Amino acid sequence: MESMNKVLLRVLGFFLILTVLCGGIYTFAMTGVVQVLFNEKANGSIIQIDGKKYGSSLLGQQYTDMGHMWGRIMNIDTGTYTDDDGNPVMYAGPSNISPAGEGYEALVAERVEMIRAAHPEKGDAPIPVDLVTSSGSGLDPHISLAAAEYQITRIANNSDHSEEEIRAIVEKYTTGRFLGVLGEPVVNVLKVNLALDGILK
Amino acid sequence: MQAILQYGFYLIILVVLAIPLGSYMGKVMNGEKVFLSKILLPCENFIYRMLKIDKKEDMHWKKYAMCTLAFNAIGFAFLYLLLVLQRFLPLNPENIEGNSWHLAFNTASSFITNTNWQAYSGENALSYFSQMMGLTVQNFVSAAVGIVVLFALIRGFVRVEEKGVGNFFIDMTRTILYVLIPLSIVVTLGIASQGVVQSFKPYETVTLVEPIELEDGSVVTEQVVPLGPAASQIAIKQLGTNGGGFMGANSAHPLENPTPFSNLLEMISILLIPAALCFTFGRNVKDKKQGIAIFSAMFIMLVIALSVIAVNEHAATPQLAQEGAVNILAENQAGGNMEGKEARFGIATSGTWAAFTTAASNGSVNSMHDSYTPIGGMVTMLLMQLGEVVFGGVGCGLYGMLGFAILTVFIAGLMVGRTPEYLGKKIEPFEMKMAVLVCLATPIGILVGSGIAALIPTIADSLNNSGAHGFSELLYAYSSAGGNNGSAFAGFNANTPFLNVSIGIVMLFARFAPMVATLAIAGSLVGKKKVAVSVGTLPTHNALFVALLIFIVLLIGALSFFPALALGPIAEYFQMIA
Repeated sequence: MESMNKVLLRVLGFFLILTVLCGGIYTFAMTGVVQVLFNEKANGSIIQIDGKKYGSSLLGQQYTDMGHMWGRIMNIDTGTYTDDDGNPVMYAGPSNISPAGEGYEALVAERVEMIRAAHPEKGDAPIPVDLVTSSGSGLDPHISLAAAEYQITRIANNSDHSEEEIRAIVEKYTTGRFLGVLGEPVVNVLKVNLALDGILK
Repeated sequence: MQAILQYGFYLIILVVLAIPLGSYMGKVMNGEKVFLSKILLPCENFIYRMLKIDKKEDMHWKKYAMCTLAFNAIGFAFLYLLLVLQRFLPLNPENIEGNSWHLAFNTASSFITNTNWQAYSGENALSYFSQMMGLTVQNFVSAAVGIVVLFALIRGFVRVEEKGVGNFFIDMTRTILYVLIPLSIVVTLGIASQGVVQSFKPYETVTLVEPIELEDGSVVTEQVVPLGPAASQIAIKQLGTNGGGFMGANSAHPLENPTPFSNLLEMISILLIPAALCFTFGRNVKDKKQGIAIFSAMFIMLVIALSVIAVNEHAATPQLAQEGAVNILAENQAGGNMEGKEARFGIATSGTWAAFTTAASNGSVNSMHDSYTPIGGMVTMLLMQLGEVVFGGVGCGLYGMLGFAILTVFIAGLMVGRTPEYLGKKIEPFEMKMAVLVCLATPIGILVGSGIAALIPTIADSLNNSGAHGFSELLYAYSSAGGNNGSAFAGFNANTPFLNVSIGIVMLFARFAPMVATLAIAGSLVGKKKVAVSVGTLPTHNALFVALLIFIVLLIGALSFFPALALGPIAEYFQMIA
């Protein structure tokens, strides 16, 4: 029978070997492979044009300009992160509010009023649900096709683009379901807005 | 209609992949040759040589349990120190400070117990070094610990009049080398191809299209893009039923789960190993029907839970629908309750994930459970409260379910007045006592923990919602800890000394009490004779047994939790429709 200490020492050695293997070797090897195979994606899918970084195509931003397409409702966080000079930078998170509460009812009513006021041409048409809700991450870069279509007349009235042009842009930045079955078809709001601004061609 | 296709697709692909993986893991458990042996056998032997491990040693259950506990104690100490001292360690480009003692206690307890409850947000509380050398490591080893304890229990049923239940070091090494690492590599590459970050660079800042003016008049012009070695950690956090997100928003975060394809990989990974282990069990007890019976019981409960979640989330709430002002129908959009859900996932893909992650004790999320409808949210809570046996955690879900199976044959045996037996082994008072401990540790942890917490007046400060939903947030937190799940009604601010310590203790109790009890059962069974099947034997592979087993699981869950659920989600439901 081995002594207790010997067994404990072996357990300690075993833990350290597994730490090096699963934490070190595995992580570094994967980083190396992924950096080579999927370089742009591994570093945040950043849209860079002429040296300027216009955002990550995977992170939502807040848009309120009448000439832009709007995304999901955001809970902006400017208190957590700063840039190298100490200025606050934007991040966002989920609401975690219960959709069955009275407070929520009032909140959504407020959003409905705000969106109706900005889209008089839509009258009493029901508003697509994406436009009045926060997402799971708070950083959802997408909206549904219905939510994009709802805004097209408003954007056309407030920009130099015709409705047909805007529809073409929306279609260009729409991704479908995986294998035609899984997930939902969505429009990338940042790409649409960069295209509307003439930055993304 | 489209949604039904999605639900069906996810369930079918799960079963199709789990069956072959189950038989592969059966071979790994027994040390049989597999297609990876050529490459991995030298690595395996290298580890044994380094540590002078005797490949022929067969451990008594007490030694096996001691190695398991010692391994976890060392893991706890190592992770705790890493978190507290991360300021002084490398790979910390964002200069993140060390964690407080109570947060580090909570996180270390959480990750060694395979719970991955997170009272912090990964982007701003942990360095890259802590994530990879601390959390990624525990994601692997805590998953492996669950699996090897199950292996020991299976040997208890298979072996006849022996003493040993296996070798801890060999079981661990094989599980990690042959199962967890290869699967993690596949998933890492798959999700990284979709846009999950994997980088050691500091966080990026990018220019906002529309600058944001704050109330004090200052203007924010940039957005942060968090980076890190995420994909490799996310792969194993999904596969090992760990669930701790690299980012605070977990797999709802677009940089952690960017597309429906990455979501498919991550979501199937949640249930893949727990489902496959049912088939491993059947194969290695040399009666495949036994594995299929256990699988069926779990699968039926999963489908029922998924259906209830789906119906409620598609229907949304009157508060959201605003008497028709908001369109919640699936017309060129997912529709339904989209609060807390990502547009690319919609209702079907979010609801399936919610069912999978709480059925398995995974706890990762791709939508915010706090913002589910009252009944949809209640089902996720109930799946955890049932003891995480609807597939449950890797290994521990199945040994928990086998605890319930022992309970079932005992109750059935009482009814007909015969000595209960399971898989040819007599179930006697010692096994029964241990099985009861396995089955009741979760309810005890949840009810005692949330009961005490509800008496603390300052707890109200942690709640994000008021009234019945506020109570649900508290109950969910302790259900998550007691089920070793790790998901949250995430509005709940859990980073306080009382909550960190009490939730940490519940997690440790709910993990290690059943684990030692399971090894004790294994040790007792392994020394017993096989009894021949007679007319008095209750068959444990037919529909009747499956129904009985489901009944017992639901009975214990319902009796334990109905009063608490009535105060939380059920009360909220009636307020909602009032």
